[in-house]
Amino acid sequence: MQVKELTEKLELTLVTPGLKAEELTAEIAGGYVSDLLSNVMGQARPGQVWVTMQGHQNVAAVAALIGLAAVIVAGGAKPAPDTLERAAANDVAVFTTPLSAFAAAGKLYALGLRD
Amino acid sequence: MTDTLKLSYYCPGDDFDRAGEASAKVKKALQRLGVPPDVVRRVAIGTYEAELNVIIHAGGGTVAAEVSGESTLITVSDEGKGIPDIEAALQEGFSTAPEYARQMGFGAGMGLPNMMKCSDEFNIESTVGKGTVITMRFYHRSEDL
Ligand SMILES: Nc1ncnc2c1ncn2[C@@H]1O[C@H](COP(=O)(O)OP(=O)(O)O)[C@@H](O)[C@H]1O
Ligand SMILES: [Mg+2]
Repeated sequence: MQVKELTEKLELTLVTPGLKAEELTAEIAGGYVSDLLSNVMGQARPGQVWVTMQGHQNVAAVAALIGLAAVIVAGGAKPAPDTLERAAANDVAVFTTPLSAFAAAGKLYALGLRD
Repeated sequence: MTDTLKLSYYCPGDDFDRAGEASAKVKKALQRLGVPPDVVRRVAIGTYEAELNVIIHAGGGTVAAEVSGESTLITVSDEGKGIPDIEAALQEGFSTAPEYARQMGFGAGMGLPNMMKCSDEFNIESTVGKGTVITMRFYHRSEDL
């Protein structure tokens, strides 16, 4: 599944400036849920979608460093403006959703994403 | 590649906004040099964790990289407060990070364990009141291990 298909199947808003949903053709390798950055650094794999409640800049930094496919900021949390700038500078697709982290992860799982 | 490329960046203390910049620069340099992607990724993980530690725990420090054909050596040094009990600090879950850092998702006590896991060689030297030096070596090919 490509990242752009997520926007069609979940209640997601793409918030990285300059990115267009239809151009997000990266393949998703699975998902990871955590609000602990070191846990994501150590355990998440390249190409995964990361579901988190954190919205600060380091989320974009971590996603870029370890090559994640996309970040979903869940629970209606709003990423900080500098997070979005950093995401844009590094081509990181950041989405927001009113879904809780639990519901977002459940829907990703139901779409066939596993670990 | 026969020469050794040397890079060095200063990371100011408590500046979370710039955290990850040094690691990102090291990552980009390695990518340009054609270092294998899985090695670049491990270097990025270890460097980011060490960079964050000097920002959170040491009032700032220096991230240095030496890249040769065979390996990348990352040295992260600071003149901060030092670590009284290194054995304890290396345990997963041990953290003295302040509350504001924890709220940002740092301070899970996984940084040093991550550095040990992702690097091929890891060393830590720390003196209370003087500072801390972390070195991590990453071999570019498994046969050089
Ligand atoms: N550069 C440093 N200077 C002083 N103390 C440090 C440094 N790096 C690590 N420490 C100490 O070691 C502990 C464990 O570090 P780490 O495993 O990265 O976890 P965390 O950063 O999440 O607390 C820190 O909480 C801190 O007490
Ligand atoms: Mg740490």
